[in-house]
Amino acid sequence: MPIDKIFKDDASEEKGERARMASFIGAMAVADLVKSTLGPKGMDKILQSTGRGHSVTVTNDGATILKSLHIDNPAAKVLVDISKVQDDEVGDGTTSVVVLAGELLREAEKLVTSKIHPMTIIAGYRMAAECARDALLKRVIDNKENAEKFRSDLMKIAMTTLCSKILSQDKEHFAEMAVDAVLRLKGSTNLEAIQIIKKPGGSLRDSFLDEGFILDKKIGIGQPKRIENAKILVANTAMDTDKVKIYGARVRVDSMTKVAEIEGAEKEKMKDKVNKILAHGINCFVNRQLIYNFPEELFADAGVLAIEHADFEGIERLGLVTGGEIASTFDNPESVKLGHCKLIEEIMIGEDKLIHFSGVEMGQACSIVLRGASHHVLDEAERSLHDALCVLSQTVNDSRVLLGGGWPEMVMAKEVDELARKTAGKKSHAIEAFSRALVAIPTTIADNAGLDSAELVAQLRAEHHTEGCNAGIDVISGAVGDMEERGIYEAFKVKQAVLLSATEAAEMILRVDEIITCAPRRREDRM
Amino acid sequence: MALAFDEFGRPFIILREQDQKTRLRGIDAQKANIAAGKAVARILRSSLGPKGMDKMLQGPDGDVTISNDGATILEQMDVDNQIAKLMVELSRSQDYEIGDGTTGVVVMAGALLEQAERQLDRGIHPIRIAEGYETASRVAVEHLERIAQKFEFDVNNYEPLVQTCMTTLSSKIVNRCKRSLAEIAVKAVLAVADLERRDVNLDLIKVEGKVGGKLEDTELIYGILVDKDMSHPQMPKQIEDAHIAILTCPFEPPKPKTKHKVDIDTVEKFETLRKQEQQYFDEMVQKCKDVGATLVICQWGFDDEANHLLMHRNLPAVRWVGGVELELIAIATGGRIVPRFQELTPEKLGKAGMVREKSFGTTKERMLYIEHCANSKAVTIFIRGGNKMMIEETKRSIHDALCVARNLIRNNSIVYGGGAAEITCSLAVDAAADKYPGVEQYAIRAFAEALDSVPMALAENSGLQPIETLSAVKSQQIKENIPFYGIDCNDVGTNDMREQNVFETLIGKQQQILLATQVVKMILKIDDVISNSEY
Repeated sequence: MPIDKIFKDDASEEKGERARMASFIGAMAVADLVKSTLGPKGMDKILQSTGRGHSVTVTNDGATILKSLHIDNPAAKVLVDISKVQDDEVGDGTTSVVVLAGELLREAEKLVTSKIHPMTIIAGYRMAAECARDALLKRVIDNKENAEKFRSDLMKIAMTTLCSKILSQDKEHFAEMAVDAVLRLKGSTNLEAIQIIKKPGGSLRDSFLDEGFILDKKIGIGQPKRIENAKILVANTAMDTDKVKIYGARVRVDSMTKVAEIEGAEKEKMKDKVNKILAHGINCFVNRQLIYNFPEELFADAGVLAIEHADFEGIERLGLVTGGEIASTFDNPESVKLGHCKLIEEIMIGEDKLIHFSGVEMGQACSIVLRGASHHVLDEAERSLHDALCVLSQTVNDSRVLLGGGWPEMVMAKEVDELARKTAGKKSHAIEAFSRALVAIPTTIADNAGLDSAELVAQLRAEHHTEGCNAGIDVISGAVGDMEERGIYEAFKVKQAVLLSATEAAEMILRVDEIITCAPRRREDRM
Repeated sequence: MALAFDEFGRPFIILREQDQKTRLRGIDAQKANIAAGKAVARILRSSLGPKGMDKMLQGPDGDVTISNDGATILEQMDVDNQIAKLMVELSRSQDYEIGDGTTGVVVMAGALLEQAERQLDRGIHPIRIAEGYETASRVAVEHLERIAQKFEFDVNNYEPLVQTCMTTLSSKIVNRCKRSLAEIAVKAVLAVADLERRDVNLDLIKVEGKVGGKLEDTELIYGILVDKDMSHPQMPKQIEDAHIAILTCPFEPPKPKTKHKVDIDTVEKFETLRKQEQQYFDEMVQKCKDVGATLVICQWGFDDEANHLLMHRNLPAVRWVGGVELELIAIATGGRIVPRFQELTPEKLGKAGMVREKSFGTTKERMLYIEHCANSKAVTIFIRGGNKMMIEETKRSIHDALCVARNLIRNNSIVYGGGAAEITCSLAVDAAADKYPGVEQYAIRAFAEALDSVPMALAENSGLQPIETLSAVKSQQIKENIPFYGIDCNDVGTNDMREQNVFETLIGKQQQILLATQVVKMILKIDDVISNSEY
């Protein structure tokens, strides 16, 4: 009796053990791929795009690596997704979350081969994750009240984050910059307000944080290059041809003179607009859209600095820093809030001219100028700095911190181990496996640093059996050390997110017992 | 095959191009159809119950879905076979009608088909089998009606509802926090329910999800959540006692639908047109301000100038809000959707106690909360979770739970879950079989056996000995004559589903049996399959 095909031609179906194997292998392959970038001595990856130009990215950031991969394995896609979410949500720990999920699945595979049902493993993992979280909660440090200490916590977190990146050479310098920038935000998590300008040339050490605001634009020709006590009007309005927006309007004329008249009227209209703008009593005008030559000339005549084509974020930031409002109509000058700043001048960075606004009123936004030898270095530096900024801004809101260097994993592993001993039934195997997966993270950090991981982790485990121990792996000296003394801190929020999303992802993949791949959508053959 | 002979013995062809068609007829067709139906049921069988597994589906564009929900799995599977498509339809109609039990219905249909195949081998005519099934399903449904229990609940005592929703959620990946999710679902349904008419409009419950955070952060918002932000970055982020103007007209110069042209041929005309344009914007904003609105929600975009004017007049605004959301906002705030500025009046404004913008994570993602509305008849369930697939799956699970709660409000009869209802039906059908003379008796008995397959699958998925467990429970039910012994899936130690608080809705169960029987009848009646052969 022939069984009819249920699926379409190219579709495939994998069941039971095979499905499980396929997802385990896919997930572990992805985890192993990023594994070597973990920790302060982690290595970078080169990514070459298949698009035109074969552009090259050099990076250490898990989320960036995984985002650029073309993956076919559905389980691997789950891991890519958690890494992306981790990036969006807390910004850091994108590699750790994938490695942990991979390790959890690796352990689960062993359990499945020894005939433990996935549901039992899930139940065990859940208990273990809960226990691990509680263990972390018990050991958090919160210095919210003490502003000075809190700042030093932030510094340490920033340095810990940066030390695994390309910026590790100058991590103090950059950590200082990141902390300053984030503290200026005053608790808001809107990182848009921090502008990062990349200019090739110089060395990374030459990067600096500017308290004012830097706009990557040129000043119009014939306009003042330096304005003191500037009154700034930030605008979003058309300064090219001010079209009549009424639908269906069109010009119909029957003679050349009429054309000239209308052209004149149009010019008059623009002139009116410029005059209205000038009536605000400003000496600097920043527009989001283009400014054509004619109005630019008018501005130059009036001695007003006109800057065109600032992008939308730029405008928004400028509004934030100078305290002005973004205007689009100019009929009542008395009620428009203008922005102020002490000094606008053109500065040179490398060989590019930029406009610098200093002495601004509201210090929320700021600019970080990154310098570096090449575009790749700058891109990577930006990503690293972005990670640090994300972590810091999250920590400002949730000020709980933990020690780093594999310390939290060991604390969790210890508690989870104890839970395993207390739990009756098959679940205890899974709980034990969870603790092994946690230990894999310090192991990987040590391995990546070229240290004897077995020796170090064993030592670490022994140390952790004394109460209140602060031991972790000190990669620099290559030994077990006191993390509090070394000043290696991590944000609680990051660790918690890593733990929870890795468990969630592992659970999801474990629950699968069948993979159905639909036939790929037929694409039109385009030559 | 499709060859006939005329009275002179000359052959002629009935089906044209016969070599390009494949044709199955008679018993072969039935068997092929049954095999296809069974194959679909087999895929879903392992998803049944609290210990059921998930399926991972990779769509045609490479997107991954992980689900436990029968209807979703089948829908995404993209099947080719006609009979398999019927099964997909079956699961979908259960989803539309009841919302829950989509896996069970397919497993049930699969079991019925399997039994039918056996009867076919015995030489019973398919129509007789179908008739027997029909009779048996009637018996089963009547029996369910008899054993169903009513339970009382009201707005303050919704514990029974929560228990039933928990039964639904326990088979999903979200069972980690089924208690809190079930409570959210029940509270949401109760908030929008019309208890007098015993009806619930699920459209009033919006389910919104955002990746990040953890499942425990999922919350019920008595108000509306809109995935939009203020149109101007410098508008206030929080408005108390908002009076909301809900507009479906754009803040742009009017665009008459009829074709027209405005000719500019003199300078004066140009000037007047310019003035008029400015006036438009001014008037629009002024209109909103005049009626006392403190927040404008608009379906369309704003012109830059209008945007600034709004900001300037201190009138926060939200643009590009979708039609459904707009409707929900109107319902929640008691406002009216206004299609023209001229029609704005103070009475048409919606009122909300608090409107605030909240940002998430490190990317620039903001959402607008509209809370403490005048009429809290619209609620939002806001789901958080570790990744996209998790959110999607949670959405589906919440949908199931919402449907169950709604069904209970419509009809508060329940039966016991964990296979208890199927086992007692099986016993009742088996007992009834003997009363029917003729061939149908066998079909009815086969139906009883098919009913057993659901508890059997439950036991199998929970890692129990299926036959041993089932027979133990069955004998227990007969001995004590109590219909609520079921399969102990969670290893609690008791078979008493009343104690375990495992409930299902009566209508859900009845619908499952009826739908499955119908589809099986349909499949059995097919005796000729003509299809284009492979090209």
